[in-house]
Amino acid sequence: MKTYDEINAKIEAKKAVVLTAEEIIGYAEKKGVEAAAREVDVVTTATFGPMCSSGCFLNFGHARPRMRITEAWLDDVAVYSGIAAVDAYLGATQLRHNDPANMDYPGEFRFGGGHVIEKLVAGEKVQLFALSYGTDDYPRRELRTWITMDDLNQAVMVNPRNCYQNYNVAVNSSDRPIYTYLGMLKPGMRNAGYSSAGQLSPLLNDPLYRTIGVGTAVWLAGAWGHVYAPGTQFASLCARGPNDVPMEGAGTLALTGDMKKMRSRFVRGVRLVGYGVSLALGVGIPIPILDEDVLRRTTVRDRDIFATVIDYGKDYPERNGKTLGRVSYEELKSGEINLGGVRVETGSMSSYAMAQEISQILKDEISRGEFLLSPPMRSFPPDQSMKSLEIRGRNS
Amino acid sequence: MNTTRKVLFYFPRSETDKPIVYRLVKEFDLMVNIFRAKVTPEEEGYLLLDLTGTEEDIRRACDWIRSLGVQIREGVKGVRWDEDRCTSCGNCVTHCPTRALFIPQRSSMKVSFDPNQCIECMNCLDMCPFGACSSVF
Repeated sequence: MKTYDEINAKIEAKKAVVLTAEEIIGYAEKKGVEAAAREVDVVTTATFGPMCSSGCFLNFGHARPRMRITEAWLDDVAVYSGIAAVDAYLGATQLRHNDPANMDYPGEFRFGGGHVIEKLVAGEKVQLFALSYGTDDYPRRELRTWITMDDLNQAVMVNPRNCYQNYNVAVNSSDRPIYTYLGMLKPGMRNAGYSSAGQLSPLLNDPLYRTIGVGTAVWLAGAWGHVYAPGTQFASLCARGPNDVPMEGAGTLALTGDMKKMRSRFVRGVRLVGYGVSLALGVGIPIPILDEDVLRRTTVRDRDIFATVIDYGKDYPERNGKTLGRVSYEELKSGEINLGGVRVETGSMSSYAMAQEISQILKDEISRGEFLLSPPMRSFPPDQSMKSLEIRGRNS
Repeated sequence: MNTTRKVLFYFPRSETDKPIVYRLVKEFDLMVNIFRAKVTPEEEGYLLLDLTGTEEDIRRACDWIRSLGVQIREGVKGVRWDEDRCTSCGNCVTHCPTRALFIPQRSSMKVSFDPNQCIECMNCLDMCPFGACSSVF
C-alpha cells in the first residue's frame, strides 16, 4: 500500500502523518483500520528502562610519548582494553574498583559503568588512569589525566541487547526479602516487579519483525542510531498470544549510535541495591505504516499484552521452568495484580512516562522532516530459540 | 483543639542527658511521633518529630526546649525528592509505606511526591535506581 520511499518523501516534504503508538489506538478505533492505514504514515514507539547489555567504544587519542593502553579505568571503573592502542569498551554493569559488591549484603552499588556513561554524555569530567607494559614504539607505561566527551575522538554506543520484546513479572515466595534486577521483592509475594513500556514498546508493536530488522533507523537517547543485528538471546520462537504478541522475553535488538549526539536525560546510570549497576536508556523506533497489517499491529493495547509471572525467590534462580501464570500490562499498570486471589502491589523498572515523552519527541522530529526511516537490509530469523549452558565435568 | 506540628530539635552538643520525650508527654501533655533521631552523647544530634497537642502546650514545650539550648526548626523536610532525577519508573511506590511517593494518574504513570505524607522511613533512598531521593541530614 505504501513504500518506504513514499513515506520518506512525505517526511522530507514535512507532510507525513505521524502518531504515537498510544495515539494510534483511539485513532484507528474511530476511523477504522482501513482508513487509518491509508491516512497514517508513521507510528512512533518508545521505551525507557535499564538495559544492562549497553556500553560504548571510546577512542582517547594518543599521548606524547605514545602509550599502548593495556589496562584502564574511568573514574575507577575498569574498561576493556584488549583492542587497539587507545580504544576501550566501557560496559554499563562494570563495578567501580574496590566496590564491596554484596560482601555487606545487600550491597549499595553506588557507582559503576552506567554512571560513567551518564557523566560523559552530560559533559562532565572523568578521570582516566591507564597502564601498559611499554614497547619500543609505545614507550609510556602509565598515565593519569581527566577527559570530557569533547576530548574523545569517538564515543560510539554499541549495545548487544536492548529493547527486550517483553519481560517477566517477578515475585518472591520465600520468607526473606530478595534483591533482583526487578527491584527489591518482599517476602510472601507482597509486591511484584515488571519492566516494559507495554503498548508503547517497539517490538510489541511489530511482534513478527516486519519493519524492524537489521538496518532499521532508531532514535537512541536523542542520537540517530540503528539496529546492527538481532540482539543477544534473540528468541523469536516463544509463547505467543492469538495476536502473535510474545508472552515472554522473545526478541531483542542490538543497537548502535553516536554517543556524542545523545541527551543526558535519556542516558542514566542505575543502581540496584543488592544487585548491581546498570544503564537506563531511552529508545524510540518509528514504524512505517506499509499496509493494514502493520497498522493493526500498532494498535495493540496494554490489556492485550501479557507477561509471565515468575517466582524469583526460587524458580528463577533454579531455572526450573515453573511459572505462576500470566497478567496483562493493563493490570500491571493499575498498581496491583491478582495472583491466585491475592492482590499484589506492582512496581516498574521501565518508565512509561519517559516512553510517552520519547514517542512524542520522535513524532515531532519526523513531522519536522528531521528523521527519516530506513528499510531493514535483513530480516530477523523467524525461528530462533535460545540455548542453555551445559555444565560439563565432574562438578556438575 | 489539638494541632500537629512537625519540628526538628537540633542539639548543638551534649544536651542529650535529659529525658526530653518523657517530659514532653508527661508535663506538656503532648503526643509525640518520632520520625528520625540521632542523639549521641558528646556529639551534635537531632530529633525530628510530630508534636500533637493544644497550641498553648506546644508553645510552652518549645519554650522549655529552647531553654535547654536546643534549637528548634520548623518546616523541615528531611527527605528530598529531585523531580529532575526522577524518571517515573515507579519502582519506589511499593516501598513507600504512606504513599508519599505515588502515581496520581495511571494514564501518564508519572510519579509524584507529597512531603506531608512522608514519615522519613528512608526506604526510597535505597530503592530509587536513579538517586532521586536523598536525605537532608
